[in-house]
Amino acid sequence: MTDAIAIVGRTLLAVDPVPWARAQMAFTLACHIILVPLGVSWAFMALIANYRGIRRNDHDSLVLAQRWSKYMAVTFAVGAVTGTVLSFEFGLLWPRFMGRWGDAFGIPFAFEGVFFFLEAIFVSIYIFGWRRLKPWTHFLTGIPIVLTGILGSVSVVAANAWMNSPSGFTLNAAGEIVEVDPLAVIFNDSMPLQATHMVIAAYLVGGFLVASVYATGMLRGRTDRYHRLGFIIAFTVAAVATPIQMGVGDSLARWVYNNQPVKFAAIELVPKTSSDVPETLLGRLNDDGTVSGGIPIPGLASWLSDPSTGKATLVQGLDTVPAHQRPTTRQVNVVHLAWDVMVGLGTLLFLVSLWYGLSWVFRRDMPKSRWFLRIAAAAGVLAVITMEAGWVVTEVGRQPWIVYEYMKVEHAATGNTGVWITFLVVAALYVGLAITTILVLRGMSRRFRRDEGEDESDVPYGPSQPLDLPEDQPVA
Amino acid sequence: MSTAAAIALFVGVTAYAIFGGADFGAGFWDLVAGGATRGDRPRAVIDHSIGPIWEANHVWLVFCFVVLWTCFPEAYASITLTLFVPLTLAALGIVLRGSSFAFRKAVFRTRDRRNFGAAFAVASVLVPYCMGAIAGGIASGRVPAGGQAGDPWSSWVNPTSVLGGVLAVTVAAYLAAVYLVWDARRLSDPIIREYFRRRAVITAVIAGVAAFAGIFVLRADARYLFDGLTSRALPLVAISATAGAASLVLLVRNAARGARLLAVGAVGTVILAWGVAQWDYMLPQSLTVAAAAAPSGTIAAVLVAVAAATVLVVPAFVLLYRLDQKGLLPGEGVERDTGQ
Ligand code: HDD
Ligand code: HEM
Ligand code: HEM
Repeated sequence: MTDAIAIVGRTLLAVDPVPWARAQMAFTLACHIILVPLGVSWAFMALIANYRGIRRNDHDSLVLAQRWSKYMAVTFAVGAVTGTVLSFEFGLLWPRFMGRWGDAFGIPFAFEGVFFFLEAIFVSIYIFGWRRLKPWTHFLTGIPIVLTGILGSVSVVAANAWMNSPSGFTLNAAGEIVEVDPLAVIFNDSMPLQATHMVIAAYLVGGFLVASVYATGMLRGRTDRYHRLGFIIAFTVAAVATPIQMGVGDSLARWVYNNQPVKFAAIELVPKTSSDVPETLLGRLNDDGTVSGGIPIPGLASWLSDPSTGKATLVQGLDTVPAHQRPTTRQVNVVHLAWDVMVGLGTLLFLVSLWYGLSWVFRRDMPKSRWFLRIAAAAGVLAVITMEAGWVVTEVGRQPWIVYEYMKVEHAATGNTGVWITFLVVAALYVGLAITTILVLRGMSRRFRRDEGEDESDVPYGPSQPLDLPEDQPVA
Repeated sequence: MSTAAAIALFVGVTAYAIFGGADFGAGFWDLVAGGATRGDRPRAVIDHSIGPIWEANHVWLVFCFVVLWTCFPEAYASITLTLFVPLTLAALGIVLRGSSFAFRKAVFRTRDRRNFGAAFAVASVLVPYCMGAIAGGIASGRVPAGGQAGDPWSSWVNPTSVLGGVLAVTVAAYLAAVYLVWDARRLSDPIIREYFRRRAVITAVIAGVAAFAGIFVLRADARYLFDGLTSRALPLVAISATAGAASLVLLVRNAARGARLLAVGAVGTVILAWGVAQWDYMLPQSLTVAAAAAPSGTIAAVLVAVAAATVLVVPAFVLLYRLDQKGLLPGEGVERDTGQ
């Protein structure tokens, strides 16, 4: 018996930390990123409502803006907690990565910190200001939230882009960083497109997510002006962002084609270098290097990679690098599937946006169809899935590298074998956090609907409540 | 340059200890406030006192991490490899605490409030203990240089770490109690003021005793730190002791305002004393600050960010503070809406 326990104990203590560390990093990032679009774009939508409210003296719009600013405070607060955990994880899970590359990779985070700190303060100022500032002054205090939100996410994505295209450092013979050019680190080659793609994704996801709540409400019969406004403002933001996002994504794909050919081969499922490469929808790569299943669209991948040479464009295959320098077959399949999901759902979201846009052009109103509302109600979740899929393409496609062509993930991880425990605990905590966040937001919405709680003191970042001490109780 | 970065780091640590410490301490008093009815009044004051910017004080922690991993990456790798367990516990505690507090504010059912409150309070003690233990592990030279892992257990289960953890919890409780006396004063509630005053005095005495006992612990367990504290850092130690004693006197005499300033002074100087005592080591006796430092380009960038933060954040804070003091505008903004 004791022997058995000892064996189990020893086995559990010897669990390889690397897969668990990857899983934990991926899980926590995937959770954090859901909150990010709200933190980045909700303030902008609230300001649109706020502007309308003051301009046209429109009470509904003002109420909308005020409530949005309070929901935003809750999601922002949860974003801050999950983000703080991420900053622990860099060190706890990837100490060797940080030890060797922290002096370059870390720099964007110093600026991120400044922007998030400012954002937190201005969220607070905006909430305080509802009943303490003149309307236009108050409106102006909302603008820094929009700017810092964008700049903050640009900074973080710059760090991620650096992992894809490391630059701005000089190594000595031993491979240690001896000199750093901070600007070249931040403005690395992948950063402009990746950051743009992410910021637009934030507006797209945030817009669809908020709109989907109102679409659900409208499906349940709450079709008053207030719900319509909430829907229209958010959905319009998303519908404008979607086509732009397709264009930026196209450029980004070409960047990957030129700079990370192996990732591109995984995306397009190209085992061997060739021209006239089909765009394969679904399908999978087998261990022997053949592709089975799927619907090939002849020549499209080649053509998209460089329209000037069309179908003749050569696409580098997975076989151009040795197996230990490219994603495994399973990872390739994950990347390809994630790619299909991103582009597929992205196209779907584009079509919905088009429907909405055409309806405005021809009928001067949003689509009346219940089917439209049904799709719109699902669009929030679909947009989140699209964004998560995009990140999976980026992150899994980079495997086995943590710093592209400089350091492998397995050399970056911690040696601590207890990571599987921390992963399970973190997962449990985050599930609890997610459920409670949703309950809290719904609770707020109910209170709003019951016409209570129009004061700022019940939300994080709001002013403190006037104290109402319970009377008549003895104090120790 | 590396010195400037080290100073920025230490300022961050001190700020986290003072601002974050008071937040954690408030959670400690929440924990020991007793049952639901008895503890209601002090809890109401505690809730009220935790700043309007919810959990913003973790920004200091994130700031310390960023400076550490960017400017002293090798030391950061060693610390996170060695002190994996207490750092993980602290991270979990922060999630638990942060979310439960946010939710307690947003949830109105008493039973839910109480559950969130319990999680909040337990985490409030766990996190400072871990932080203190981590500081103890570093200060006593148990973290090796070179991005190596030291002992995963004895690095934070050792006399200096226990001392650090206990000191961190008591000092946090002490700071919070002193702040709460001041808050209760503003509320002109003499009973609750007396409640926290008594507790502030008790924790001040406990912290003093722990610090005194600490001298012997350090002499036996962390010789380098002890030597530093009794030479280079002696003036700071003396200031800290004097400020601590004076704040105790003022507390007993019921002069809350002065006590608050002196308490902050006592805690701030003792942390600076730690920094001065282990100077010029980042990890005592194995890695100096200069040897640990990143290339100058990196450090310059971080210093620019620190400067930008100072220049931008301070005015924003002033604006927020003035808004907080300002009365409501009648008839402006959105009043209670007319219902949907
Ligand atoms: C909801 C938002 C969304 C939508 C509609 C799209 N994407 Fe995307 N995509 C993202 C959200 C996203 C993302 C989550 O934001 C990623 C992950 C990393 C990044 O910078 O952006 C991303 C990554 C990403 C990458 C990988 C970049 C890299 O590894 O460096 C490529 C090549 C594309 N996208 C291309 C596209 C194309 C051609 C789209 C057209 C249909 C498209 N994306 C729609
Ligand atoms: C700025 C943002 C980000 C940074 C700096 C970052 C950094 C990292 C790091 C250091 C790793 C571990 C090393 C590795 O496996 O390559 C990783 C892995 C991973 N990340 Fe990201 N990440 C970011 C955003 C995201 C987001 C938003 C997602 C959302 C899904 C994500 C998904 C993943 C996944 C799935 C892995 C595991 C890959 C694998 O091991 O196969 N990342 N990321
Ligand atoms: C590995 C990556 C990441 C780390 C270490 C990280 C870290 C953090 C931290 C520490 C905070 C809280 C800041 C505070 O308390 O002041 C935060 C919040 C935030 N993060 Fe992240 N983050 C990461 C990934 C991302 C990504 C990929 C984005 C955007 C593209 C992003 C955008 C935000 C935003 C907008 C906030 C503000 C809170 C909110 O709006 O929800 N983060 N993050």
